[in-house]
Amino acid sequence: MQFDKEFDASGLACPLPIVKTKKALADMTAGKVLKVVATDPGSVCDMAAFAEQTGNALLESSTENGKYVFFLKKA
Amino acid sequence: MAAKKMAIIATKGALDMAYPPLILASTAAALGWEVQIFFTFYGLQLLRKDLSGIAISPIGNPAMPMPVPMPVVVSILPGMEAMATSMMKAKMKKKGVASLEELRSLCQEAEVKFIACQMTVDLFDFSKSDFIDGIEYGGAATFMKFAGETDVCLFI
Repeated sequence: MQFDKEFDASGLACPLPIVKTKKALADMTAGKVLKVVATDPGSVCDMAAFAEQTGNALLESSTENGKYVFFLKKA
Repeated sequence: MAAKKMAIIATKGALDMAYPPLILASTAAALGWEVQIFFTFYGLQLLRKDLSGIAISPIGNPAMPMPVPMPVVVSILPGMEAMATSMMKAKMKKKGVASLEELRSLCQEAEVKFIACQMTVDLFDFSKSDFIDGIEYGGAATFMKFAGETDVCLFI
């Protein structure tokens, strides 16, 4: 999937993947896509909850080489 | 849609109890919530400029995992609290857990409002210069005003 910006949250534990994803989205314009890579297994549920509550669309949530990969479309 | 609101009363100053208010507040702020934390009694420790004194004790804490089984009589020895604290901090760092300082700055960046309980500030003879900048001072009525409008209200 194409993306405009990438944020690597590998090694970070709750709540940093979510809090820093929010920061990564801050300077993006609506419609742009952010790719987030995380190693925290909790981030799978957390990212879905984040997307639902903030209105940023979670386009894809998958696992790649043992890491969790998310694509968020900025609202 | 109006932003959701959360109010937290933070009353504890031990390392393990310092985390939940800051984790929940920073997360809620990231979700677009309006958040206030009212720090009272030992919770005031979390507002000090220097957080290095925040510790965890193995005493009276039977759930704390220890590398080797340790009788209570050993955990009361001088230096055990400092040792437990430095071991816990090292473990947190290794596991990617944010420091209290980092979480607190993330909260402040996200405009979480910090309120220090004036009564306990006076009770413990704290001076405003002991605390970080950007906080407010108030009492129970200040807290209730916001708490009454919240979706989530927690006492920690």
